[in-house]
Amino acid sequence: MSTATAPRRTAPEAPAPSAAKQRRRKKRHSGPHESDGVFAPSVMTRVGLAFVALLSIFPLYWMIVIASRVSSDASGFPPALLPGGNLGEHIQEALTNPQANLLLGLRNSLIITGTVTLSVILLSTLGGFAFAKLKFRGSKILMATVLFSMMVPLQQLGIVPLYMVMVELQWLDTLQAVILPFLINGFGIFMMRQYCEQAVPDEIIEAARIDGASTLGIWWRIVLPALRPAMVVLGLLTFMLNWNEFLWPFMVLSEANPTIQLAIRQISTATWSADLSMIFTGTLISIIPIAILFVVFGRQIVHGIMEGSGK
Amino acid sequence: MTTRNAAPRLTWRDRLNRADVKATPYALVSPYFILFAVFGVFPMAYTLYASLHSWKLGNPNRTFVGLDNYKFLLTEYDRFNWSVVNTLGMFVMATVPQLVVALMVANALNKRLKRPMLWRMLILAPIVTSVVAVGVIFARFWGTEYGMVNGALDLIGIDKIDWQTGRFSSWFAISSMIDWRWMGYNSLIFLAAMQTIPKNLYEAATVDGASPRQQFWKITIPQLKPVLIFTVFVSSVGGMTLFVEPMMFGSGLLNGGADGQFQTTAMVLVDILRTHGNYGISAAAGWLLFAVIGIVAAVNFLVVNRIQGNK
Repeated sequence: MSTATAPRRTAPEAPAPSAAKQRRRKKRHSGPHESDGVFAPSVMTRVGLAFVALLSIFPLYWMIVIASRVSSDASGFPPALLPGGNLGEHIQEALTNPQANLLLGLRNSLIITGTVTLSVILLSTLGGFAFAKLKFRGSKILMATVLFSMMVPLQQLGIVPLYMVMVELQWLDTLQAVILPFLINGFGIFMMRQYCEQAVPDEIIEAARIDGASTLGIWWRIVLPALRPAMVVLGLLTFMLNWNEFLWPFMVLSEANPTIQLAIRQISTATWSADLSMIFTGTLISIIPIAILFVVFGRQIVHGIMEGSGK
Repeated sequence: MTTRNAAPRLTWRDRLNRADVKATPYALVSPYFILFAVFGVFPMAYTLYASLHSWKLGNPNRTFVGLDNYKFLLTEYDRFNWSVVNTLGMFVMATVPQLVVALMVANALNKRLKRPMLWRMLILAPIVTSVVAVGVIFARFWGTEYGMVNGALDLIGIDKIDWQTGRFSSWFAISSMIDWRWMGYNSLIFLAAMQTIPKNLYEAATVDGASPRQQFWKITIPQLKPVLIFTVFVSSVGGMTLFVEPMMFGSGLLNGGADGQFQTTAMVLVDILRTHGNYGISAAAGWLLFAVIGIVAAVNFLVVNRIQGNK
């Protein structure tokens, strides 16, 4: 019914496809609060949690502090702990220094990550829909293959021949070499299948078929709108993962044509190896896109991680 | 449908519909399997082939050498065996405390907290940083001359430690990077699993006079067994393919310190491929790494399965 546009506010825990299968039909939570724990936290718990949260934030905070001051402020003990006033100047210098390649890195990373994210969303909704709602021979075996492939660290194992292939194709130092192997992954299909199974009622699909809708038409008009919340989560996770990807771009791209992560390695080991505030400024720049996503969509990211796991 | 009974006369539209129902599912899932075959299965099989040959970059001649490449790695190239030791050591050092803390944090997050989402986001915040950025920041924390850790040690009268030189000290520093980035993520996964534990178990235990601590050990931990197995598996794959953190700790180099004291197997693999251009040996290293991952995953499974002892 209204699942298509289901606002997350009304049902924050609703898309929990990972719950035990036999219990799926039952509602799991009755309480309205997300963290409706049984016990009240003790003072120790609160202090401990606050300490861990502080440890989580401190390195990020300190990066901003040093990026906004001069390098010598980072040495000595206690080190500087309050931001200075040089951040704007440093960012400008970082972005315009031709040896730092940060702008090119940002551009390349945006192209790669954007393409990969759109592709993963598109192909995962197609495949997930097929596995969840369509009957076809061999679907069980094929799905088992998908699950198995999620378990195997193919990237490390296959990196040698993949690199050889790229050499043969003369694709070294091209963006397509970085993009193509990541266009789809098992996790996306698995996640979309789980979500589709409970977000799209079979009756609606049957009804659309009787009305003469094609499979692709059903996908476009019924499945995609229903999957929208899951698509957002998958898109966010994919974007974060690929923005931070290092090993494969490191293998196939050169320092002259880097992703943002390669550019950070470059500035920290060569360009400014002695200038900590410039290194931290560059690092800060590399984090900003993900940090913005995290601040805007943090709720979805938290839900996505929690739902994708609780088997 | 009625058309099936009136057998012989199928309109082209019916045929199209039938073809659609039968064939489209395969079309929808095919992108995954095509890409998986090209970038997953083929490289894996080809790695096996390459590992049995003497084969170098830029040299079209390859000769079959059987298991010589494996023998070379295992018996002559000391760095390889040490890299396995290093990788395992860092894996244990990073994973055990991380999962223990993550469990405690998840348990705290599962209590009746105000603003639960804010806490979760704070704990998860490190995930916004790329692994390279973590390496850049933490390498400075552990710096010998000006690092914050040595600065703090100095205050309490302990001499400066050269964290990079020692095997254990470098492992310790690198483990801190892994722990910092992943602890929050794992906490949320544990939290998600904790929330699916039926509350009446706790209520009954409270009635019977069990303390929160007893309930944590007798109810929460056994109920978390599946997710613990899952997390340990994911961590072992991630830990055994460790690459970026030690590389950034060692100033962006692949040698893992002067004596390779923190060189991981993935670093050895990439070093052989990129620095020495030796396809055959790096491919063999890939398969050996795969075997190690398999063994570690199996051992972990047995250990976690046993610790719980809850059947």
